[in-house]
Amino acid sequence: MDFLVPLFAARLNELWYALPLIVAISIVYAGTRYEHADDILIGSFRSIVWIFGFMSTILVLLWLVGLML
Amino acid sequence: MPPSVDVAPATVADSAPPIVLRDPAFAGILAWLLPGAGHWYQGRRTKALIFFFCIMGTFSYGLWLGGGRVVYAAWGKTGEEKRLPYLCQIGTGAIALPALWQAQRYSMEGYRRTMQTKENDGTRTLSEWFMAPPVLKVDVNHRAMNELDYLNYKLNRRFELGTVYTMVAGLLNLLVIFDAIGGPAYGNASARPPRREPEPPAPPG
Repeated sequence: MDFLVPLFAARLNELWYALPLIVAISIVYAGTRYEHADDILIGSFRSIVWIFGFMSTILVLLWLVGLML
Repeated sequence: MPPSVDVAPATVADSAPPIVLRDPAFAGILAWLLPGAGHWYQGRRTKALIFFFCIMGTFSYGLWLGGGRVVYAAWGKTGEEKRLPYLCQIGTGAIALPALWQAQRYSMEGYRRTMQTKENDGTRTLSEWFMAPPVLKVDVNHRAMNELDYLNYKLNRRFELGTVYTMVAGLLNLLVIFDAIGGPAYGNASARPPRREPEPPAPPG
């Protein structure tokens, strides 16, 4: 079953370091778009979802490429 | 002379009053010196706290990850590397400034040699190593090696992660400085669509 393990799987745990960074970037970015706290909250949540969605897509693509190698 | 008062540009759909930006240039400088300070000065206290905790938290976490050694200034004058990440880290303001002071001290050959000796003796104090550029270090096999190599070996991936965290904090503060000078991108408009009032029922008949 080794062929199912993508090349980058050994370093998958490092992705957790991205979590606080994404949250901080999303909050600050939304903070520079809107003025009120509730709008910033909504905006940052949207950004978090977008970034996670985008990065997850790339992750899956890389994983599939890793399977083919 | 009273400070000049500026207002953020209002959008077309903006029905809320414009945001009063008290002395934007001064607020921008404050925002650079301490993340959130510019907004606090303008009376935008909630955003000030949000920016302060997010940016200082990111910077501090990065500094902690890198063992306090990822923020330093080096311009390649004495054969060392050019520390380009510092150009991003300096965006965080006063908290990154000790690196400039350390770079100035370490640019003196005598001081640098003294620090190398103290480093190898293990007697360098906090004010001598914090945000200081790497020196030559003698390893356990009595070989001279760049302290940067040693830090990468000791901290492993945390050195680069800490560098990235502190760089991102500095770059985020640039956005905050722009916000203090020019106001938020969407003015005072709300992110939510305006609530529609229910129409009154039609009269019978």
